Amino acid sequence: MTTEGSLRSTALRDGFWSAAPLLVGVVPFGLITGVAAAGSVIGAGLAWSTSFIIFAGAAQLATLDLFDAGAVSVVIIATGLIINSRHLMYSAALAPAFREFPASWRSLLPYILTDQAYAITITPYNDEPDPVYRRWFFLGGAASFWLTWQITTAVGAVFGAVIPGAWGFTFAIPLMFLALLIPTLRNRPALVAAIVGGGVAVLAASAPYRSGLIIGAVAGVVAGVAADRWWR
Amino acid sequence: MAVSPLLTILIIGAGTYLFRLSFIGILGDRTVPAWAVPPLRYVAPAVLAAIVAPAVLLSDGSIDVSPASNPEFLAAVLAGVVTWRLKNVIWALVVGMIALWILQWLS
Repeated sequence: MTTEGSLRSTALRDGFWSAAPLLVGVVPFGLITGVAAAGSVIGAGLAWSTSFIIFAGAAQLATLDLFDAGAVSVVIIATGLIINSRHLMYSAALAPAFREFPASWRSLLPYILTDQAYAITITPYNDEPDPVYRRWFFLGGAASFWLTWQITTAVGAVFGAVIPGAWGFTFAIPLMFLALLIPTLRNRPALVAAIVGGGVAVLAASAPYRSGLIIGAVAGVVAGVAADRWWR
Repeated sequence: MAVSPLLTILIIGAGTYLFRLSFIGILGDRTVPAWAVPPLRYVAPAVLAAIVAPAVLLSDGSIDVSPASNPEFLAAVLAGVVTWRLKNVIWALVVGMIALWILQWLS
């Protein structure tokens, strides 16, 4: 094996092992998203296709929920894009580390950029000078999340139909979002954003076109920014 | 305007890919404009809370915190506290589901 070949496989393996602890959390999330797809009004197959078309769990669950609620497509699209706008931040934060990659890598790797892939790459990237190592490390980590997501959501979509409704597994969806929410409450402005976002969404729950989530989210972001200014 | 579910999903997928591609593939050396940094920072807590709060606080369209008629609320509070203390997201699922089953069994 050439030196470059062994560098690649080392980097792929390092990426995978950095991802491994977080994969444990991805599995139930994927299964639940798959179960939600199984019961979707748009059909299990089309609902599952969000796993590789959108490939972002929170946006997928919110999208499927809005389809079930009969929301208009403009609201569904706006909600999905607001939820996923955080990827702009990840892209900006990773851009310096990706700068030396070939153009094909720079256009394809972003497809598998996720919250988890960002989390495992942002720190080691600061210390790793070799761009070849860096891109194979990212591929090893991010592709593990992609593959795990495709498999677990498919398994959930196939077996979701046979889980008894009395077990209350629909409650696992808000619990999953709660599990994502808690780690974001790192400071007071973030807490303000969450309280206002959640509070307004509750008050706006019967707003027309199922726009309550958008209204709550925008109110929460505005409150968070105001609190950020206040405390800085 | 009627847009099919498939097209709706494709538009969200394309937009999400463009967000991910933005600075890595298109904008290159540029950084996020200073005015956009604080709003983007609070998107995650605001959006996630806007999803969670109505789902656990509302029962048949009105606010209900009674463990008997809306056990999801108390179960979510317990799950949230445990997740926050133990810093491990898997506990949200375990604690929340078990609490829901116990509360349903009690009432």
